[in-house]
Amino acid sequence: MTLRYVQGLALVCALLGLSVFFYKQAVLGLPLSEDASRSAWTIEASLRFEARPGPIKAALRVPALTPGFATLSENSVAGGYGYDIGYEDGGRRAQWAIRRASGEQRLYYRVVVYGDPSIEEADTTPPFPDPPGLTEPERTAALELVEEVRQESADAASLVSALLRRVNDPTPDENVALLFEGRRGGTRRMSMLIDLLAYARVPARSVRGLLLKDEQRNAPIATYLEIHDGVEWLFFDPSSGSQGLPDNFFAWSRGLETLATVQGGSGLELNFAVRRSQLDSLDVATNRAEQRGSLLMTFSLFSLPIQTQAVYSVLLMIPIGALVMVLLRNFVGVQTFGTFMPVLIALAFRETDLLAGVILFTLLTGLGLAIRFLLERLRLLLVPRLTAVLIIVVLLMLSISVIAHQLGLETGLSVALFPMVIIAMTIERMSVIWEERGAQDAMKAGAGSLLVAALAYLVMGIDALEYLFFTFPELLLVILAFVLLCGRYSGYRLSELRRFGVLSRKDS
Amino acid sequence: MLWGRKLKNSGVIGLNERNANYITALNSRRLYPRVDNKRLTKSLAAAAGMAVPELFAVAESQGDVRGLPETLAQHKSFVVKPASGSGGDGILVIDGRYGGNYRLINGELMPESALLHHTSNIVSGQFSLTGQPDIALIEYRVQFDSVFDEISYRGVPDIRIIVYRGYPVMAMVRLPTRQSDGKANLHQGAVGAGVDLATGLTMSASSGNLRVLDHPDTLTPIAGHQVPHWDRILDIAATGYEVSGLGYLGVDIVIDKDLGPLMLEMNARPGLNIQIANDAGLKPRFAVIDALLEDGAADASPEARARASVELMQPFSPC
Repeated sequence: MTLRYVQGLALVCALLGLSVFFYKQAVLGLPLSEDASRSAWTIEASLRFEARPGPIKAALRVPALTPGFATLSENSVAGGYGYDIGYEDGGRRAQWAIRRASGEQRLYYRVVVYGDPSIEEADTTPPFPDPPGLTEPERTAALELVEEVRQESADAASLVSALLRRVNDPTPDENVALLFEGRRGGTRRMSMLIDLLAYARVPARSVRGLLLKDEQRNAPIATYLEIHDGVEWLFFDPSSGSQGLPDNFFAWSRGLETLATVQGGSGLELNFAVRRSQLDSLDVATNRAEQRGSLLMTFSLFSLPIQTQAVYSVLLMIPIGALVMVLLRNFVGVQTFGTFMPVLIALAFRETDLLAGVILFTLLTGLGLAIRFLLERLRLLLVPRLTAVLIIVVLLMLSISVIAHQLGLETGLSVALFPMVIIAMTIERMSVIWEERGAQDAMKAGAGSLLVAALAYLVMGIDALEYLFFTFPELLLVILAFVLLCGRYSGYRLSELRRFGVLSRKDS
Repeated sequence: MLWGRKLKNSGVIGLNERNANYITALNSRRLYPRVDNKRLTKSLAAAAGMAVPELFAVAESQGDVRGLPETLAQHKSFVVKPASGSGGDGILVIDGRYGGNYRLINGELMPESALLHHTSNIVSGQFSLTGQPDIALIEYRVQFDSVFDEISYRGVPDIRIIVYRGYPVMAMVRLPTRQSDGKANLHQGAVGAGVDLATGLTMSASSGNLRVLDHPDTLTPIAGHQVPHWDRILDIAATGYEVSGLGYLGVDIVIDKDLGPLMLEMNARPGLNIQIANDAGLKPRFAVIDALLEDGAADASPEARARASVELMQPFSPC
């Protein structure tokens, strides 16, 4: 009767959990595991200059429209400087200011991006450009060149191709030679190209960016020509004339202005560094949830602040640790101190990693136990004695940290993250069992607790599980269903096969 | 279900089955205080006409502990125990005085300060099941019958009877050993000897999880000893059902030289080692009682149930 009820309840829980899970997975398309191939890029622009007396203002053009990439975060590191980001014609600009500074100054702007094909050039269609004010004889040469190129082309794209072919010809005709005299490269050349396209009524602009490759300390800036054909923006390599952008081209800024400027400083150097890093799934998912605005995602864990999310990603693993304990206690029959103490110990292991955690835990408990037995001789009342043990545990932690640090062992420092109340309680319980039931039982329960803690730690440390339960917390309902069923398990524990071994041999 | 088919065939009940199928089904949590609080047990049992060891004094606070020596002066021997202890933890048995000190049953001497410290530990809850503040009971120390002298080492041997839905179904004597420090606690190393429910004769014995034949200290064969007052013992055990209301119950009884069987305590979660001591599983015996009650057996008095049990358990008797 009760069994049926429990089974029914478990079924309902499991179905509920699984259906939400399948909806999110199949319909909303949340991935089942972290996409390992996806990587993020950290791009760091550093400005270096010598400060001059008086106030300093520095500015850097920063990414605004980045087709193919989504921005995860951006920040600035500049000690003492005021920092803000403003919009201006043709993009965004980061600005730093300080009243006075001396010596070499370094300002950093850092942006983290990841590839996202859904991000497109979300720009408005530009108006037809006005004819630029070139002077004679350049004006005539430009008009002639544009007219010739127009004859050779069918639309904006082929016009640009034709123009670039002419301009890049190793033996240029006289119009090109006149126009590009002394403008063989760089900004001035690009400026002339844009002017020529303006005569052809094709909106054009220059885009500067970086090719994201693995590790680059000194990433070169590449410049592309961007034109609008009335429908969308097209990219051309101004030196080769080929159309399209290479993969992993990150558009940093548009326009011809210099990328960085400084007032009140001299010898400005701008340098870009690129680093590839593994994508933090939580951050991306948060970002994605914001972009999509799905109702289920709006009310999901991803809507919480990042710190809270981090807490929950740990909290959600506690039921998994507890599940490990259910299995070990009710199916295997491992003895432990308390019900959830091993899971709490496992949480502490997260901070220290397993081996160091086990060693530190054993060390602390062992030392604490020895001192607890000394305290027993003093015949203290229970609560003062527990408090005394607690104080001694703190002192032990302190000395272990200091000694380990002196020896150059960094793990010794993480001992402070052990929940000391848990250690004090473990010591107290262990010593009571020790006195009443003997050392063997105390050791057995102690070793059992450590075993469960270690296993729980290992299971809770599986990243795939952490991701799965954070993304699909409804799976906890499935765990709940399983635990409900475990609650009605009336078979033997593995340890009982040994315990009642004499009885089972009888019938065989 | 998953493993232990052979064990299942012999009818052995495991901890999971005990907890899931018997304790939760038959023992209402509401009734636990009746057995977990030994002071309450004592008064309920006395009201039901059960013989229990006399209560000399109670220490409910640290203040009471300080006043104890006066009360204790009137008694030569006594037992100090927590009202909510578990598994015999925290019990001190004093059997006399030597100089200014108390003498424990193992011959050790204990200064009064140590005794009072122990009592105050009891009161602050060191031995209680939940760690809550507790009460220390000072009660009559049983002058145990010499019948078990040959097969026990000091201390008080006690008789544990499993009472299922009011019917005694399995019994054992717990014999203290040197290892158990004179305590009748199987966890601490006492020997458990199965008792034939029909006759009251000791049978097979176990120490820990092992089968043994002789007492480890006296080296006397354990089987074949007659437990005296067996009928009265079964009556007391059956009455335990009325007193506690628990359908799955362990009743602990000691035999006093002068007063006969006395009910010491009852347990709502009796251990399963009794199966090893008896070399038999509990389940077939439960099935017999379940069948009897399903047939609509009339409400019977404890005595009638005890007699019925003797009949019903006959098939499980080795004789």
